[in-house]
Amino acid sequence: MLSPVTDADGAPFWQYAAQGELRVQTCADCAEPRFPPRPCCPHCRSFASEWRQVSGHGRIWSYVVPHPPLLPDYAEQAPYNVIVVELVEHPRIRLVGNLVAEAGARLDSVPPERIRIGARVQVVFDAAGLPQWVLERA
Amino acid sequence: MTIKDATAIVGIGQTPFAKHLAEDERALACRAVLAALDDAGIAPGEVDALASYTMEETDEVELAKAVGFGDLTFFSKVGYGGGGSCATVAHLAGAIATGQATVGVAWRSRKRGSGPRPWSNTTRQLPTPAQWTRPFGLLRPADEIAMLTRRYLHEYGATRDHLFNVALACRNRANQNPAAIMYERPLTREMYMTSRWISEPLCLFDNCLETDGALACVIVSRDRARDCRQAPVLVHSAAQGLPAQHHGMVNYWNDDPLTGPAWSAARHLWKHSDFTPQDVDVAQIYDAFSALVPLSLEGYGFCGRGEGGAFTEQGALEIGGRLPLNTGGGGLSEAYVHGFNLINEGVKQLRGTSTAQVPGAATCLVTAGEGVPTSALLLTNRS
Repeated sequence: MLSPVTDADGAPFWQYAAQGELRVQTCADCAEPRFPPRPCCPHCRSFASEWRQVSGHGRIWSYVVPHPPLLPDYAEQAPYNVIVVELVEHPRIRLVGNLVAEAGARLDSVPPERIRIGARVQVVFDAAGLPQWVLERA
Repeated sequence: MTIKDATAIVGIGQTPFAKHLAEDERALACRAVLAALDDAGIAPGEVDALASYTMEETDEVELAKAVGFGDLTFFSKVGYGGGGSCATVAHLAGAIATGQATVGVAWRSRKRGSGPRPWSNTTRQLPTPAQWTRPFGLLRPADEIAMLTRRYLHEYGATRDHLFNVALACRNRANQNPAAIMYERPLTREMYMTSRWISEPLCLFDNCLETDGALACVIVSRDRARDCRQAPVLVHSAAQGLPAQHHGMVNYWNDDPLTGPAWSAARHLWKHSDFTPQDVDVAQIYDAFSALVPLSLEGYGFCGRGEGGAFTEQGALEIGGRLPLNTGGGGLSEAYVHGFNLINEGVKQLRGTSTAQVPGAATCLVTAGEGVPTSALLLTNRS
């Protein structure tokens, strides 16, 4: 499986995720959240930012079900799902992830026919600190 | 100063298209470029400007020394994969219209059919935005565009039948084009609906071909074009498009992910054009994935927001329809060479030499990849 290849802007996200916290880069001057992380606020041009914790509640914005050819670790789990989640507090902040049956479960642990756009999901974290998502009404 | 009708495409060239060609990309590039210059009736020594894609592997030095160009005074490369196709012509048009050069060649040579799939190389990925997508198994362009496609179908009530209409129109035109990979290989709705998935909701036939091949075209000033072998095809309007807060094929992180670069390019393209979308006789719309076509139909103003799926109904994209599409077969059924075959096919239509000729075609829209920073050309034979 591919691990996140982080950069200076993105590293804090993964450090917090490893602690089981979902945090979003937010402008320290105008309080506008932004994703993906970047050096400067596109709204007020401030270089000051902080990482604010969010509830981890969201809704599925879209999803796909990849089939081979894929990289071997992913082909072994295919067909699996990839979802985009929009956070309830900030609908413009959307995170790519996987809908799983429980924290740490395989990428194919939820049957694709159970996935719906708009479904409420909650963040969980696997052993490596990668955010995953479970249905709120499983 | 304007580039409107200041330059013309006067030569086009291409190699055969195949899943596997024996020659390497450099040799294919040379063959396509020399074919285009021969078509124009211009000697290689007269070329002084080049433009290609940043992903092009044959660089200017290699090409120039192999085919014997003269002194080059302008050369540029455009980024973002298939988004750069039309911009290569646009850069040369700008350079020639402003006196920086006199004879420009744009080209693309690629062995995508027999060579590696770019997404399978995990060491060359940039950390941004890959860190936010690839660990979760969103690995390939097909997966990234499938995500936007699912949302598009959900928001607007478009269906897989609409995507099939796109795939079918391209295949029907390829069936008329002996140079197309899919010549004499008809597609049916049953084949489409029962084909294997690549990334749901995109199936095999929603994805472009994987092709070895090369193409080139020659651009000169309108005045110089009068001396060339072929009737000139004027570059009437050209634009690039990179919208605010755009994120490429993973455009999930702004207010409105379903209005992409096409909208930005279109605003500039039409602003500087004497024509409107209603005046376009034939369109060559970038089709790495079928779903890019309804998005582009909306972006370039052929229909309203969310109407791109419905626009494809009742044979609209076929010959005789409202907007004949990708008349050589496009990336879906002729060849996938980062959209350069769409440029050359646009020229063929305006010369009247397409294998699926639109009678009396006088204006042709050519677009580069939607879903990445893009570009577009409006070509005409009306002078």
